This record gives sequence, C-alpha cells and structure tokens, in this order.
Amino acid sequence: MSDKIKVFYEVPADDFTRAGEASSNLKSMLKKMGMNPETVRKVAIAMYEGEINMVIHASGGTIDVTVSQEEIEMVLKDQGPGIADIEMAMRAGYSTAPDKVRSLGFGAGMGLPNMKKYSDELKIESQVGIGTTVTMKVKIQC
Amino acid sequence: MSKFFTSVHLKEDLCMGCINCIKRCPTQAIRVRNGKAVITKEFCIDCGECIRLCPHHAKEATYDSPEIMKRFEYTVALPAPSLYGQFNHLDDVNIVLTALKKMGFDDVYEVSGAAEIVSEMSRKYVAEHKEKWPIISTACPSVVRLIQVRFPNLIEHLLPICAPVDIAAATARKLAMEKTGLPAEKIGIIFISPCPAKVTAVKAPIGIQKSEIDAVLAMKEVYPILLPLMMQSIDDVEELSISGRIGIGWGSTGGEAGSLLSESYLAADGIENVIRVLEDLEDQKFDQLEFIELNACAGGCVGGVLTVENPYVAKVKLKRLRRYLPVACSHLESGDEENRIWTDEVKYEPVFKLGNDMKESITNMSRVEEFCEKFPRLDCGSCGAPTCKALAEDIVRGVAHEQDCIHILRDYIHKLSDELSKLDTKK
Ligand SMILES: Nc1ncnc2c1ncn2[C@@H]1O[C@H](COP(=O)(O)OP(=O)(O)OP(=O)(O)O)[C@@H](O)[C@H]1O
Ligand code: SF4
Ligand SMILES: [Mg+2]
Repeated sequence: MSDKIKVFYEVPADDFTRAGEASSNLKSMLKKMGMNPETVRKVAIAMYEGEINMVIHASGGTIDVTVSQEEIEMVLKDQGPGIADIEMAMRAGYSTAPDKVRSLGFGAGMGLPNMKKYSDELKIESQVGIGTTVTMKVKIQC
Repeated sequence: MSKFFTSVHLKEDLCMGCINCIKRCPTQAIRVRNGKAVITKEFCIDCGECIRLCPHHAKEATYDSPEIMKRFEYTVALPAPSLYGQFNHLDDVNIVLTALKKMGFDDVYEVSGAAEIVSEMSRKYVAEHKEKWPIISTACPSVVRLIQVRFPNLIEHLLPICAPVDIAAATARKLAMEKTGLPAEKIGIIFISPCPAKVTAVKAPIGIQKSEIDAVLAMKEVYPILLPLMMQSIDDVEELSISGRIGIGWGSTGGEAGSLLSESYLAADGIENVIRVLEDLEDQKFDQLEFIELNACAGGCVGGVLTVENPYVAKVKLKRLRRYLPVACSHLESGDEENRIWTDEVKYEPVFKLGNDMKESITNMSRVEEFCEKFPRLDCGSCGAPTCKALAEDIVRGVAHEQDCIHILRDYIHKLSDELSKLDTKK
C-alpha cells in the first residue's frame, strides 16, 4: 500500500458557482483523515485562493494534490495569461481584477499574500501568454 | 448515559428500507442494512430531517408523555416561544400560559423570559470578545453538535452562554423551591419542545455538566390538549407572562441575532444552508461580522419537527403577537451571570475520521479511492449507502462489503455464470 495519496481536480473556467469545489472537497477529505484542524484550515484557505485565481484570472485549470505523512502539496496549473511581474502581484492590495469580478467581492489583491501566509512553501512559475503554475506546501502539524 | 445519545430513532416495523432518508441526511448518518434503516449515533445531529421526510413515518423522536407530570409533587412548564406561533388568532400569550396551568402544571416559566437575559448577556459578551468574532449562537443544539463533530476550527467562536431553556430551568426550580419549600427532586421542570435536538440537549448536554430539565414533552402532543383549555381560559386569563418582544422573537430566525441590536450579523436557517455557512466561515470567506445565528430548521424553531403549524405561518403569528409588547420584560440581575456561562470545554470529536494516525489514514483513504474507481459512480443508493464514496468508506471502516454494490455483484455473477457455462461446454 502506498504511503501517499494523490487527488486530481479540474477547475472549470468562468464558473463562479463551482469555484471552491476542489478546496471544499479536499477539506472534507483531510478532515476524514483526522488531520489536525489548524493544518486543514491552512490548506483550505490557501487552496481556495489559488482556485479562485484560476477562475478569475485564467480560464480554469487543474490541481494535483499529494498528501503524505509529512505534508500536503498542491500544484495548481493553468494556461491563462500568466503573470508578468510576480513580485508586484505578490504585494498586498495589488490586483488586476476587472470591475465585473470586483462587484462579486473579489479583487482585494489579498489572494497571493494569503497563499503565502497560510502555506509553508509557495512557488510561482509563470510565463506571459503560456500560463502559471503555483506550488504550495503545507506541513502537517501534530 | 452513552456518550452518543440521539433522540431520533427508527420504528422498525414501519421502515420499508427505501432510500429517501439515506439520501437526504445532511451528515450521511443513515444506511439501509438488511432492508431497514440504521442510524449511526455518532454521526447523527438530531436535526430531524429524516423525521420530516420519511414517507412511511418510520422515524420518530424520543420524548416524554404528559403522564410524567404525575411523578412530581410540583411541576413547572417551560414553553418554548415557538409554541405561541402554533395557534390561530392568539393575541395574548397569557391565554396559552393559563391553559398550561389548567392542563395540570402548578406554574409556568417562559423560556422567552430567559432568552431576554441571554440576549443581554450576549450583547455584553460580543462587545467584549472582538478576538472571537464572528461569535456563533449556541441556542440550537443541532448546530452545536454539528460544529463539535465537523468544524473544529469554529469551536472557539461558539457563544459560551447557556441556552435560554437551561437558564429558564434553573431559575424555575429555584423559584419553585422558594415558593413551596419542597426539595429539588420533588419539583418537575418540564420543557415543551419544538424538536428532538432539545431532547438530546437535556440527556447529553454540551457545555454544561447536567441539565436542570427533568422531562421534555413534544409540542405536537401538548397542542391538542391545550386547544380546548385555551377556550376555557379566555374569561379568567392569569397574568403570567414575563417576556417582551425580544424574548418571543427568539422563536423564529433572526430573533436572537436581532436582539443584539447590531447590524453586523448573519442569520441562516435550514440545515443545508447552515452547513454552507459553516464551510465558508471556516475558510474565512466573510469577515467583519460580529455574530452568526444558525438554526437547523427552516424558519428557526417554529420549523421544529415537533411543531404543528407551517413555520412561515407561525412566524407571521409570532410577529403579530409581538407587535404591542414592550421590548423586553426580563432583565439580568447582578451576580446571576456566573452560573449561566458554560462550565465545560467543548472538545472536537472527529467521529468521521478514517484512521488513528496519518499513516493509517493515508492507507485507508487510498483504499477508499481505489474502491471508488471500481464503483460505477451512480450514487444509486441500492447498496444502502447514500453515495458510492460513502460505501467505499463503510467498507474501509469494516461495516460493509464490496458486493453490497449491486453493480459489482452483477458483474461477479456474470463472471461466475460464464465460468459455469464454460465448464458445461467442456463436458
Ligand atoms: N493564475 C493567475 N493567472 C494570471 N494572473 C494571476 C493569477 N493569479 C494571480 N494573478 C495576478 O496577480 C494579481 C494578484 O492576485 P491576488 O490573488 O493576490 O489578488 P486578486 O485575485 O486580484 O484579488 P483577491 O484574491 O483579493 O480577490 C491578480 O490581480 C492577477 O493580476
Ligand atoms: S432550530 Fe430550533 S427547533 Fe430546530 S433543531 Fe434547532 S433548536 Fe430545535
Ligand atoms: Mg485572488
């Protein structure tokens, strides 16, 4: 029997009613695994922000999650417009969200800062016109 | 008392083994095994959904019969405010209270009176505990239990003040002892409940050691007894009420939150909606809220499964009844606060977990995923579990078998008969 568990999610484009499905699905799985509540909270918040970003800023994408005994790794891949200046995007309050999305309550420019805050490791690889891959790791506390 | 008491239970002779309840139970606590529904007590939060929807009326709640009054020398009725919403053309709650005395109770103590005290205490608590915002109401035991087993991160947000009914019970007993000189055990404090969750809260309380309530009657059983007695009471109505607009407002959604006199609250009802709010709350999707009122029943306690009137109609009736009342009639007296605060820490009970440590959980969760791959993902319910995934989890927990899935069983039988026919042709 393997010592890791892998799950895969597809995040559909432009569907706000389904945005958040992957993170809530993962959250429920982690709870069933008896994971420490604080760890579950960090994963759920970080992954939700990433998932929403894929819906708002790219045209959906995929998420690969690997849970091992030590950590939870989330790899969020999209083929969206990419991020030209990652450092700038990471700043609290920076956002390019269009008005339509802002009226839904998004676009505070807090997503990436929150992803950094709630994950133990955050890596963003992005190429303009090709897409973005965000890798986050959360250590499992005991 | 067993750690997992639930009031909701099955009447086996009426159960047809259909899949209505397993599909709609919000915590997936029900399975059909050997043709009958089985409730897993650990998972059940007594919300009453299955009682509400079972077409064969095979689910019921445990509660006491009015006969129980005879066991005590002196009895006090504790009517929940939702009771007042059950009657047509009622314009004075004193009529209901007088009728309760005619029914045989020696005295009445309105839960809505105690609710006004809880409102006062909550206002203070919310103002003094900004770090715990949003604070989640704890008046609905079904919601508290749900949070305890499924939302560990929200436990610290729970309002640690006893529910109105518990405060009413303690005060009523004290008053009765003073009035009669009887010892505590000769006095029966009897609650008239809209729901099974409140029965459970008496038998297996959360946040306090022991409930002061001695017995719980179902509103729907008291209702037909009260109707004729109310007619008789009209000419000699006693002034018994101790509650105003705030207290009676607690009977339906928004009443509790509204009584905090702040705009910054959310009030949700219906167990599915409650779960959605809790999920979002856990992911910190809303901030800047001070208070969250949650009721398992649509409409609030007027929607309790032991009530008789349509909840939305009952809500209108409560509103009418409240209109000319003073804002509040019961007030906190200093020194009273202490024994109205939760004494016991609420601990997370991970009843749904699949392993004792991470290693075991990973192994078990991968087995769940493997089974899910095999199943047709129809969620047809024929196996007795609500979804293919739930069956997979049951198998891993050791309480079900792969071949409970009729699709797997069918393939197995086909394979078997293929092999048999091959044997046959060889002959
Ligand atoms: N997957 C992505 N593809 C392309 N651009 C992205 C992606 N994720 C983030 N960005 C860019 O980075 C900016 C900052 O992202 P961040 O999540 O911090 O804020 P936001 O999504 O604009 O607002 P909020 O998350 O507070 O609703 C975005 O406005 C967008 O320009
Ligand atoms: S909302 Fe009221 S009636 Fe319904 S379960 Fe909760 S306490 Fe009982
Ligand atoms: Mg964002």
